[in-house]
Amino acid sequence: MIESTTIENNSLTLSDVSLGVIGSVKTPAKVRQRVKRLYRQIRTENVFKRALVLMGLIMIVLVIGILLTLIVESLPSIKALGAKYLWGRTWDPVQDIYGAYPFLLGTLLTSFLALAISVPFSIAIAIFLGEYFPKGWIPDFLKNTVELIAAVPSVIYGFWGLAVLVPIVRSFETKIGVDPYGVGIFSSSLILAVMIIPYAASLGRSVIQMVPSALKEAAYSLGATRWEVIKHVIIPYTKSGLFAGILLSLGRALGETMAVTMVIGNTSIIPKSIFAPGNTMASVIANEFTEADKPVYLSALIELGLVLFLVTVVINMIGRRVISRFTNE
Amino acid sequence: MESTIVKAVDYNAYFGDNHVVKNVNIDIPRNHVIAVMGPSGCGKTTFLRGVNRMHELIPNATAKGQILLNNEDVMQMHPIFVRLKIGMVFQRPNPFPNLSIYDNVIAGYKLNGVRLPKAEKDKIVEESLTRVALWKEVKDSLMKKGTFLSGGQQQRLCIARAVAMQPEVLLFDEPTSALDPISTSTVEELFHELKKNYTLIIVTHNMQQAARVSDKTAFFYMGELVEYDETKKMFTNPKDNRTQNYITGRFS
Repeated sequence: MIESTTIENNSLTLSDVSLGVIGSVKTPAKVRQRVKRLYRQIRTENVFKRALVLMGLIMIVLVIGILLTLIVESLPSIKALGAKYLWGRTWDPVQDIYGAYPFLLGTLLTSFLALAISVPFSIAIAIFLGEYFPKGWIPDFLKNTVELIAAVPSVIYGFWGLAVLVPIVRSFETKIGVDPYGVGIFSSSLILAVMIIPYAASLGRSVIQMVPSALKEAAYSLGATRWEVIKHVIIPYTKSGLFAGILLSLGRALGETMAVTMVIGNTSIIPKSIFAPGNTMASVIANEFTEADKPVYLSALIELGLVLFLVTVVINMIGRRVISRFTNE
Repeated sequence: MESTIVKAVDYNAYFGDNHVVKNVNIDIPRNHVIAVMGPSGCGKTTFLRGVNRMHELIPNATAKGQILLNNEDVMQMHPIFVRLKIGMVFQRPNPFPNLSIYDNVIAGYKLNGVRLPKAEKDKIVEESLTRVALWKEVKDSLMKKGTFLSGGQQQRLCIARAVAMQPEVLLFDEPTSALDPISTSTVEELFHELKKNYTLIIVTHNMQQAARVSDKTAFFYMGELVEYDETKKMFTNPKDNRTQNYITGRFS
């Protein structure tokens, strides 16, 4: 007990010396205490900094690891099928023919259609909550409801789609005179549109709230109406933020699996119209992963994952480019 | 004989239950510079924002009484028309950051969806910038962003933006409080020029500025209009005790 304190005292003196300020064994206890605390703070700071760096590195390693796994696992299929995998129009695992084109098309079709349907809603909600009614219980309620949309598990959307949406779409298809499948690209896009509204809406709301009131007042003082303020001041000022939100929505739509798998119809042929059934890359993986009994089949599915990964990365990069052009303008 | 252009009759303004401007009656003569001064929170800015109905943009803000512009009650007019006739310049220069100097000047037309031929736009831009003594400084960089200008130039650009709409009255809400002394004196010199064509109402918390630039001064205290008179009379021989105290710096 006594020994340990002596050691501690010794180390303390050493610290004092190394600090070069006190430099004496006879430094008063108070000063030593302070120096000790200082050293402890420096140590904590260093530990904290290292922890942060470590967390960051783990994230990078994870993403690169996932990419590497995808590449390695899809090597058999890349070797066996080559580039024609991408634009092959037939997907027939029984005959060992793997063409990803129908699913690539399905993914892009459903995602962009969903985006087109959801953007007017999410921008409108963002303007309503950000500019017209930022406070009060009705906007709060709306805001929470919209955010809840993002929290609902996607399998529930799938159920709702099958039970409610598909019959409605089917009767609509009967009315306009196309094959009444009900399930298909169109139903999936509708479900996706609902699911991705909150992303663009909540980001849009926060950027719209950040528009300086000085700018809005300047426009009002020149005789602008509220609509003119929105059109000429708020939208130009927030366009990069709004675009970022839309991009976030698109990313979500591209990768969404469960709900889409349940309502898209799961056929591996190229959809003839937006009302026809189809498949997306994610839904094919989810559907066929358990039955992939041949190594090439499994590898082809993983390659599909790789393509999906790359498509998402490319779209994100384009988006970033666009955002930076908006902001530099 | 001077004619009245703006007249407030029993004007009251509120934020919720907070009575900020109390029963103000004031006659503002055409082509004069009127300074509105008083300590912080005395209601001078709220009164100013009442004149072009900017006050009511704030949630919970209400107003009672009349503000007459050429004997027409602005409270009965559509606020858009009011603001086209009564321009406003704010405390901090607020040019639109995404617009060029040129577009900032004609922003009012753009905002209101008015399409003008290029020649007419050029004319408005040149005239407005000349009126605010900015034309010579920026005529070669009209297509640059307005935010590249110095603070004082930006404020003059904002005045040009208001002038371009050809209003009758210009409201200034502490227009120099964010500017350096040199820019301040440039803007103050401008007031003398501008009053030939417009009526200027300037809110200021700077007594020296009120004395320098205005023809008449209104002193607000605790939401009331305490005294309103010729600036010279007000600063040499105030009638009210509270004005006397304020001018001599016994409270600020």
